[in-house]
Amino acid sequence: MSEDLIEGRSGLSRLRGLGGLQLAFVVALLAVAVAFPVLFPSPVATNYGVFALIFVAVASAWNLFSGFSGYISLGNAVFFGSGAYALGIAARDWHVTGTAVFALLPLSAAVGALIAVPFGLIALRVRRHTFIVITIAVFFIFQLMAYNFSFTGGTTGLDAPFLPWAPQTYNNPFYYIALGCAVGAIALSWLIRRSRFGLQLRAIRDDEDRARGLGVHAMRVKLSAFVVAGAVTGLVGGVWFFYLGQVEPSSGFDPLFDLSVVLMSFLGGLGTVSGPVLGALIIEPGQLYLTANTNGYISEILLGSLFLVAVLLVPRGIIPTGGEYIRRLTRRGRAAIPAAVPSVPQAPDTAPVQEAQR
Amino acid sequence: MAREIYQAIVDGILVGGVYALMAVGLTLIFGVLDIINIAQGVMVILGAYLSYELAARLHIDLFLGLLVTVPAMFVIGVVIQWAFIRPLRGRERTSMTLLVSYAVALIIEGLLYEFFGANSRQLNASYVTSSVHVFGFYLSYIYLYGFVLALVLVAALFTLLYRTKFGRSVRATMQDATAARLIGINISRVAAITYGIGVAVTAAGGMVFGATNAFNPNSGYDLISRLLAIIVLGGLGSIGGALAASIFMITLESVVDIWQPTWAIVVFYAALVLVLLIRPTGLFGRKAVRAQ
Repeated sequence: MSEDLIEGRSGLSRLRGLGGLQLAFVVALLAVAVAFPVLFPSPVATNYGVFALIFVAVASAWNLFSGFSGYISLGNAVFFGSGAYALGIAARDWHVTGTAVFALLPLSAAVGALIAVPFGLIALRVRRHTFIVITIAVFFIFQLMAYNFSFTGGTTGLDAPFLPWAPQTYNNPFYYIALGCAVGAIALSWLIRRSRFGLQLRAIRDDEDRARGLGVHAMRVKLSAFVVAGAVTGLVGGVWFFYLGQVEPSSGFDPLFDLSVVLMSFLGGLGTVSGPVLGALIIEPGQLYLTANTNGYISEILLGSLFLVAVLLVPRGIIPTGGEYIRRLTRRGRAAIPAAVPSVPQAPDTAPVQEAQR
Repeated sequence: MAREIYQAIVDGILVGGVYALMAVGLTLIFGVLDIINIAQGVMVILGAYLSYELAARLHIDLFLGLLVTVPAMFVIGVVIQWAFIRPLRGRERTSMTLLVSYAVALIIEGLLYEFFGANSRQLNASYVTSSVHVFGFYLSYIYLYGFVLALVLVAALFTLLYRTKFGRSVRATMQDATAARLIGINISRVAAITYGIGVAVTAAGGMVFGATNAFNPNSGYDLISRLLAIIVLGGLGSIGGALAASIFMITLESVVDIWQPTWAIVVFYAALVLVLLIRPTGLFGRKAVRAQ
């Protein structure tokens, strides 16, 4: 466990202010993101942009709970779908139309956060595989509720209020809202990662019992992060719903959504701030392109294969592996720096679940 | 009313037996390899499609076809374990293996769509459509045969696990992989064969499932979430627990189905959540499963 915490501490001092180079890079990236709809004004391009940013936001939100704490959630679509449905139901029942619907977006975030509380109180009592299975179970309960209740519109789902905007520029406002969500989610996860709260989360990931022994209020910390993730995901769910104009139980509560955000974080690098961003920017446009240009099944096969290849070639994700590679390049020629922590012996083929039986 | 409830209970037990077969495979894989095999659901469907092909093209009886499909699924399982699961190690192994099996599930699902399309199918045979009248209950032959098949296979699994040398090494690996390795058990081999066996039983489960339900490549998700609920309820890694939980959950669902067909499956998951609130390790789970 010490390895990561030490890394975290040195990371903290390094990031007290972002390094000049990093800052310049972030600003440049942001400038490109802001200018994107001007540079590529076609609706096709901005459509890709909106979806990519939506997934940057939700993957970052997933990572700031699951990546930092090690509790892999396969139920974040619960927040996403609930945020979407909350917006749809509120707009319908309160007769909100046109752009006024944007004022309802905080409601989506609130619903996401509110659902995360009981969900977390139940699911966070158990760990590892059992936690994953509970999140899947809760996910299916929500999907079935969306199918079966009458106020959710059943199988047909809900429609968003119509926006009388020109098709040529229709995507642009959504692009900037999604960009705002994405930047917010990234900033949030950056702030959490370098804070005491983030250290507590990572201590829980490394050894929850020891963290507890050291005075970390594990449940409180986990639940807080879960609620933050729920709020962000719910908010983005609302944006997504308004952008698409409709939600159905199978699209709002989509098992592939859960899988995608996890894949994005893993591909980029679990528990890093930039990993999920990179992963989302690679996978989501790729997926959109494949679904548009092939028969859908191919895209599924390719997505699965891509992941298998990624796991076998870069098992720790692109950002950590790439960072290590760059560090090794820059260190070439200097005296070898001995590893701070003795290398851990290779785990046997079957992971030591039973270790805790001692 | 009472008569309907009895009928639902009998149905639940018969169907539960088939789920038990699939759940035992899943919990066995978990116990030995410490992974949740998400692909189990779609592998059941793959098993169903294999039976379908054999029956439709070569006119081989569904039960006879198992002599082909079970070994085939065994080989598929061993290959998947060897190629994708064996190389994974390190701290994130738990979640990595989960995602790898999810990715495998996606690939298989995509391939099934590619070959068979999205239309629902159902396996057919003379005993699928006819039923027998016993003690006032109408029982479809396929449910009876399927239940018997499940009983035989579960008994065979138990014999393998508790009466053979290989079974002893499997149980030793489940108890403590490191210690098992120290006393000379080849755990890579045990892991590969266990994964193969866990997948092989889905061929039988898939055949019965395919004969009693309409299925398409997408049916795997519904199945895997049920199976996961069952093995968590029974206690991860507990074979007896998987048996008991299958019968209990499927019977519960079948009884609730009388009044509330649309909500029956919710009761299923709600029961899981409730039980875990009281007993986080599941009904028959060991403490170790919960610890990290």
